[in-house]
Amino acid sequence: MAEYWSNLAMVTSAVVYLLALAAFAAEWAAARRLEPVEAPVGVLVGAGGPAETTDEPTPAPADERARVRTDMFGRMGLGLTVIAWGSHLAGVVLRGVAGNRFPWGNMYEFVTAAMLFVVAIYLVLAFRGVRWLGLPVALLAVVGQGLAVTVFYVAVAPLVPALHSVWFIVHIVAAAVAGAAFNVGGLFSVLYLLKSRAERRERTRGYLAKLPSSSRIDELAYRFHAFAFPLWTFAIAAGAVWAEYAWGRFWGWDPKETWSLVTWVVYAGYLHARATAGWRGTRAAVVAIVGLACFWFNFVGINLLVSGLHSYAGI
Amino acid sequence: MADRRTADRPARRRAPGTLRGSEAVRFLWTQLTSMRTALVLLFALALAAIPGSLLPQRPTSPVRVREFIAENPQLGGFYDAVGLFDVYASPWFAAIYLLLFVSLVGCIIPRIGVYLRGLRAEPPATPRNLGRLPAHLALAAPADGAGLLDSAERVLGRRRFRVRRLEDSVSAERGYLRELGNLVFHVSLVFLLCGLAWGSLFGYKGTVAVVEGQSFSNTLTQFDDFTAGGAFGAQQLVPFTVRLNTFEAKFETGPVQRGAARVFRADTTTVLDGVESRQSLEVNHPLVLGDSTVHLVGHGYAVDVTVKDPKGNVAFAGPVILLPQDGNFLSVGVVKAPYARPERLAFEALFLPTAMDTDGVGTSVFPDALNPALLLNAWHGPPKEATGVPENVYSLDTTGLTQFTTAEGDKPLRFTLRPGEIFDLPDGSTIQFHDWKRWVSLQVSSTPGLWLVFISVLVAVAGLCLSLFIRPRRVWLRVADGRTELAGLDRTEGRGGLDDELRLIADELGLDERGRGERVLAPSAVDDAGSTGKGEQ
Ligand code: HEM
Repeated sequence: MAEYWSNLAMVTSAVVYLLALAAFAAEWAAARRLEPVEAPVGVLVGAGGPAETTDEPTPAPADERARVRTDMFGRMGLGLTVIAWGSHLAGVVLRGVAGNRFPWGNMYEFVTAAMLFVVAIYLVLAFRGVRWLGLPVALLAVVGQGLAVTVFYVAVAPLVPALHSVWFIVHIVAAAVAGAAFNVGGLFSVLYLLKSRAERRERTRGYLAKLPSSSRIDELAYRFHAFAFPLWTFAIAAGAVWAEYAWGRFWGWDPKETWSLVTWVVYAGYLHARATAGWRGTRAAVVAIVGLACFWFNFVGINLLVSGLHSYAGI
Repeated sequence: MADRRTADRPARRRAPGTLRGSEAVRFLWTQLTSMRTALVLLFALALAAIPGSLLPQRPTSPVRVREFIAENPQLGGFYDAVGLFDVYASPWFAAIYLLLFVSLVGCIIPRIGVYLRGLRAEPPATPRNLGRLPAHLALAAPADGAGLLDSAERVLGRRRFRVRRLEDSVSAERGYLRELGNLVFHVSLVFLLCGLAWGSLFGYKGTVAVVEGQSFSNTLTQFDDFTAGGAFGAQQLVPFTVRLNTFEAKFETGPVQRGAARVFRADTTTVLDGVESRQSLEVNHPLVLGDSTVHLVGHGYAVDVTVKDPKGNVAFAGPVILLPQDGNFLSVGVVKAPYARPERLAFEALFLPTAMDTDGVGTSVFPDALNPALLLNAWHGPPKEATGVPENVYSLDTTGLTQFTTAEGDKPLRFTLRPGEIFDLPDGSTIQFHDWKRWVSLQVSSTPGLWLVFISVLVAVAGLCLSLFIRPRRVWLRVADGRTELAGLDRTEGRGGLDDELRLIADELGLDERGRGERVLAPSAVDDAGSTGKGEQ
């Protein structure tokens, strides 16, 4: 019974995230008509914007309307995200109820749990003025939840003996929260690259103009990575302790372990890059995105392509 | 605080041709310990680790390596030559991490020195032009300048700043723990590596299969498989015995994940230093005996059989371990009765825990023994001289043997036994299948440096948190020329809230900003301030 409702709630959340994505996309599209809020000197305001009515000498009323519209779409997107997240939360909790255990024992459960953390982080941010991250977050949530309910889905089942351990909770929660923060940080890094490129070209318009300065986005990206990195370190260490209990060796170069380390090393590279002349900014952001790619490969690629001791995907 | 960019300082440039020996070494050293080299080595390490996760590796899956080489002789041979089938023990992989650690040591030792000197140093003198700093408040001038500086010392001290009083100003700094955390983190990495080296030098690991009702004692000869570090001595093996009383295995019988493992529990009796104790051994609960641990790493079926020769003499009796071939524990093995007379006997055994006949081929459809059946074929041959060459117990070398055939003589003889059943062979010998048993694969290991590894990791994480979450910050207050200025500087990027803190400090000092909107912001902070306003909405 709980399983049925859990599945329903998960599918609902995927659909509503899709609607939220549409709303956020509409927000970005509508923002193309906007004049930059505070155009720095030398910026070609709205040049070449598709819906620009060039013959209108005072664009203020139209701009005002566009501003209201943009904002409305943004609010809609946020509202839908809240609804989707509620449903998502219900899905994860009911999954736990159905299995009578913590719901992160296979790939489906891990994705849904990690996505729950991603969107939770976004919601906290959104109510502190960072609603503008909505589009990429909704995109991530749609892809994540969509893949989860279609490709990764497995029915509720008890755990195999290897997962009977407190480390099951510690290790996986740490990994999921760190992963969520890496994802959010990675999204900031992507926006940072877009924004800083726009700034270099001195042609900030549309939605990018509404974003804060690239240095502020960079700062947010750094904070999330700085939060996630020690947690990821801890998650790997906890995994090693667990492996020592379960398999009698704390490190065995299992593909999963190897890629966790690769991910860790790349993120260590990110933190170093930020302290190295010539690597700050763009290059560091690229390193962060490579780190995120490693994280995802470890999660999707290794689970599905390579067999190892961590083959718990269940599909 | 120590200058954390020291490592970043570019090496002194000089045409390579003019380098003398010692200078060349010095040049190389500076290069090696530079931040950029560390960065490159980190990426190299990440890249180098990848092939080992995609190609089969000899230590973990030797069979797949052999298959790979058989299927791609040329490519496989090349991979093998460059160590791609054992990446993590290859010289080039070691070269990368050793270089990284040399670089690390070379990097942290000077930084520790700088840090220690910085610890005793006072906060820096107040900059001449405070207006140029990223955050700056111009405040109403107080009546009593010296008094204000006194209370600023107190307020900043309460905020955990280290405070230095200057003639007309106060200079304060906090966040010394950041660099400490950073150093602790990097030093722990060195200890971590030492712990790993220690463990692999003095540790050992062996596996052994034990059937229910049998015992294992921790001596070299009893292991099926044993590896140890270079500095290991056999006298390090703690003398203990483990008897496997029973092994319980349960599998999912419901529709979802049918056949998946649910419970593995071994009931054991251990003897260490003459002390006997009954302990349960499970996947996540190893036995700890002295400095060794015993893990449950696998299990399978054994069949208890008795072979009698035509005269009725017992030629073989006991459990025979069979190796599982698939998830439903279809298991294979060999029963050998070399001392049967007049001819020696041997049987190829196929055990099906839950037997099912699909199109004339026996398969197992469930991992538990719900419908056990033992399928056998039999061989006979003249007695073999004892050569002393060890034989593989899991496979049958049929040279010199003839297979028994059916009465018609046209087909090899195959027969199926259920527990308790006996089969009479054409030559008058018999084989009886008493019952099945389970066996477990135990891994016995000792890793002496383990505690060092785990403590290093813990300390590293703690250092990391300090290093990433502590915000070194400098604050200055100057009262001069009828003006009062409060200014601040964050020493790390990625931190907000400097303006807020300055305002709080001003409040605590009872100072008002000189008219609203008159807050002076340095140019570099302008775009930040612009964006924290409506730009974010
Ligand atoms: C085993 C290799 C290494 C790893 C895994 C590693 C990891 C890290 C990490 C995670 C950080 C960021 C956290 C912090 O600030 O403490 C960091 C910072 C730092 N590392 Fe490393 N590191 C390694 C080697 C090195 C080497 C060889 C050097 C010297 C060339 C170095 C110099 C630094 C410096 C100066 C910082 C501070 C950066 C800042 O202040 O933002 N590290 N390292």
